Amino acid sequence: MSAAPAGTMHHESIYSGGIASWLTTVDHKRIGVMYGVTALLYFIVGGVEALIIRLQLATPEGTVVGAEVYNQMFTMHGTTMVFLVLMPLAAAMFNFLIPLMVGARDVAFPRLNAFSFWTWFFGAILLNLAFFVNQVPDAGWFGYANLTSKQYNPGLGIDFWVLSLQIMGIASIASGINFTVTTLNMRAPGMSLMRMPLFVWMALIVQILMLLAFPVITVGLVFLLFDRFFDTNFYVAAAGGTPVLWQHLFWIFGHPEVYILILPSFGVVSEILPTFSRKPLFGAPFVIFSGILIGFLGFGVWSHHMFTTGLGPIADTAFSLGTMLIAIPTGVKIFNWIGTLWGGTIVMRTPLYFAVGMIALFIVGGLSGIMHASTPIDLQQHDSYFVVAHLHYVFFGGTVFGLFAGVYYWWPKVTGRMLGEGLGKLNFWVMFLGMNLTFFPMHFLGLDGMARRIYTYPAGVGWEQWNIVATIGAFVLSIGVLLFYINVVRSLRSGEPAAADPWDAATLEWSMSSPPPEYNFAVIPTVNSARPLWLHKYGPTRDISKHTKEDGTPPQPDHPVERVELPSPSHWPLIAAAGLTLAGGGTMIGLLPVLIGAAVLVVAVYRWAFQPLERPGNPVFGPGGGSG
Amino acid sequence: MNEIAEHQDGGHAARSTYWLVALILAIITLLEVAVFYVPFVRSAIAPILLVLSATKFALVAMFFMHLRYDRPILTAILSTGLVVAAAIIVALMLLFGALRLMAPA
Amino acid sequence: MSAHATTFAVPHRKMAMWVFIGSECMFFGSLIATYLSYKGKSVAGPTPAEILNIPLTSVSTFVLLMSSLAMVLALDAVQRDHTDQAKLWLGGVIVLGGLFLAGQVYEFSHFYHEGLTLQQNLFGSTFFVLTGFHGAHVTVGVIWMATLLFMAFRGKLGPEQSLDVEVAGLYWHFVDVVWIVIFTVVYLIQ
Repeated sequence: MSAAPAGTMHHESIYSGGIASWLTTVDHKRIGVMYGVTALLYFIVGGVEALIIRLQLATPEGTVVGAEVYNQMFTMHGTTMVFLVLMPLAAAMFNFLIPLMVGARDVAFPRLNAFSFWTWFFGAILLNLAFFVNQVPDAGWFGYANLTSKQYNPGLGIDFWVLSLQIMGIASIASGINFTVTTLNMRAPGMSLMRMPLFVWMALIVQILMLLAFPVITVGLVFLLFDRFFDTNFYVAAAGGTPVLWQHLFWIFGHPEVYILILPSFGVVSEILPTFSRKPLFGAPFVIFSGILIGFLGFGVWSHHMFTTGLGPIADTAFSLGTMLIAIPTGVKIFNWIGTLWGGTIVMRTPLYFAVGMIALFIVGGLSGIMHASTPIDLQQHDSYFVVAHLHYVFFGGTVFGLFAGVYYWWPKVTGRMLGEGLGKLNFWVMFLGMNLTFFPMHFLGLDGMARRIYTYPAGVGWEQWNIVATIGAFVLSIGVLLFYINVVRSLRSGEPAAADPWDAATLEWSMSSPPPEYNFAVIPTVNSARPLWLHKYGPTRDISKHTKEDGTPPQPDHPVERVELPSPSHWPLIAAAGLTLAGGGTMIGLLPVLIGAAVLVVAVYRWAFQPLERPGNPVFGPGGGSG
Repeated sequence: MNEIAEHQDGGHAARSTYWLVALILAIITLLEVAVFYVPFVRSAIAPILLVLSATKFALVAMFFMHLRYDRPILTAILSTGLVVAAAIIVALMLLFGALRLMAPA
Repeated sequence: MSAHATTFAVPHRKMAMWVFIGSECMFFGSLIATYLSYKGKSVAGPTPAEILNIPLTSVSTFVLLMSSLAMVLALDAVQRDHTDQAKLWLGGVIVLGGLFLAGQVYEFSHFYHEGLTLQQNLFGSTFFVLTGFHGAHVTVGVIWMATLLFMAFRGKLGPEQSLDVEVAGLYWHFVDVVWIVIFTVVYLIQ
């Protein structure tokens, strides 16, 4: 893609160019958009899987699907939502926003970033290929050992699941490295860690959690692969091993994964509340340190998923206490969010609706979480619909509402157009209603003894009415989500054009045009405040609400004053990712595809390593550049 | 600042230091093997070996990997991984009964 | 990107390698945790005490330690623009790393003939996967060093490339310290 000549409008062009320009892009903004679009498509897939589950359970003795397909549906629903929707949707925001928020022109390793995206993309396709060969994973998103052994689960379903998770794990670790370095090492002059936006802080903690948690699931999956492919004994009780080892490895990963899924949402809310309350985040350092504490404590509580395996009183007590401790930093955050709203000049826009909705729903999920931190209570609730209710209040109420708040908030920056405000509020209320209608009754079902993952239940045990309510709720929720997609399409077609800073916000990403120019910052800013744009617009006052905006123009000049060179597009990250996926997925077929995939990977990595980041013809802006 | 910047540019330790560190590493390895073969108080063997091993680890990290001369952030990054990994190892061993905090009665 | 343009005055690639190493601690930590948690739980022989060869492994441990010395001297030579010395020391890293791998191949095949296979018992499963993954890391390191040596022979390994060597060196030393830990907890503490 060639850059527009200096002196003309440039920002319409960052998404232009044919398919090849997307396949070879190394621009963090385009990669972010690709993550977002793909995740929102998989959101439909995961949602349809959920609706099939709810249809099956709508009535007793349901016959929509059989037990076998039902198992496949809840397995794919969980795996899809965690790895193909929530993580990549957060990754979309990390990609697009982190460089903009810290004042950088790209990430530390633009091609590695492309490699992460394509590796995840192919891994996600590999997982869903299972549907096309009708060998669908059916052991749950947690894949408990024994259910996954070759003996009890022959066929390729589990192999698809293991291999695609393994491949997507590589993508997560690669992007974890990339964004950790970007955040630590590419901040604009003056942006100390304590001046970093809260969203970037939470994103940094997420990267560290990914880097520490994914190797553990990798090892657990390696053991599983060896057990399945080479008859080893890692999870085989007869050989002296134990399936519980898998549970440990899975949850050492899985519990930090919960925070990997929720912290981005915390970050989003911490950005939105100040903007729409017209005052700084209340006690921002406490919110930061609570996030760090949640991240670290998150590694010490995994066994609370395993109380029913019989760990003994000492372990139960330790993990119980650790879990309850996490309520403290989480409570601190909620307190600070409410403190931010308190006394603020509230601007009731759609992002704030979703942010406040997130806080309310997350509190419900958090409270039920504290309930089963207690071992005796957990022994009653384990594997019941109570837990399903809890985790959906956290993941849907917490993560999805939080990320939707972020989508509504940053959509103008990404696309240059506003999302419809009326439709947005309708979207919120229908989703809010549907969410509570779907998941609140599950608390009652769980306390009434309905076990999760059962594909049907007999009539007359008292579960009928809440199940049909939940199913109706699921369809209301779907309509809510559909309204979001309608809003998106309408905005892209005919949305109101967005100004550079439509919300009068405080952070650097609002200092340039919407969408941002290819080089992000015409001039790398010098940061003197945690709220650099408010400082610029209002001076060092604490009272933002009393001031009218003096100056609507963003502080960024229209064009770079110095020469800016951007990295050249490269197709090697894509090819390397394809080789990796072929080598991994090929193990299900035979040696030949593995060898071909490995050869492609090696060639691509070498070509990539010896290809200069910036080559003749790369985008150049500013004096001496211009035509690129 | 200047001090650190100097280390940045001037690189690292003198070559003689590297040889000395390698010599110490070799000697510690000899000691380890000696501890293995020489009859000792059984309960003391594991702690002694762990201390020797940790010393070697630290020497390689400080001198060969230049942490001693490099920015503290790099030490912090390594320590984060090491501390969490060590905690997980100890916790799993306790959970599997492979390690007891108190000597068995 | 030059060091002074970064927030911590550390080149991105160097920091990235350290972040990767921090992550790798968890990878090997999980493997070691599994080995130790399953220790003594095999229902069939052979046991570690019956089969582990301390003299052989002591020698290969020494070999790997010395490869780290060669590595750091190679970096030193590249930084001083002494390409011939750099070639020599890089070659040394490759030879010593190769020797270590040869020792591992001998050890594995010897164990196999003694009846310790991947499937024989828990010890076999955990031992081969832990040390095998370490061996795979050494193999990647040897290939990486061979690439650097190739660059040196093409005259493309001057002081401007010293970061390339430093980052590769960090990887190599990390693989070495992992072995320091494995040697102690797997071989010596029985």
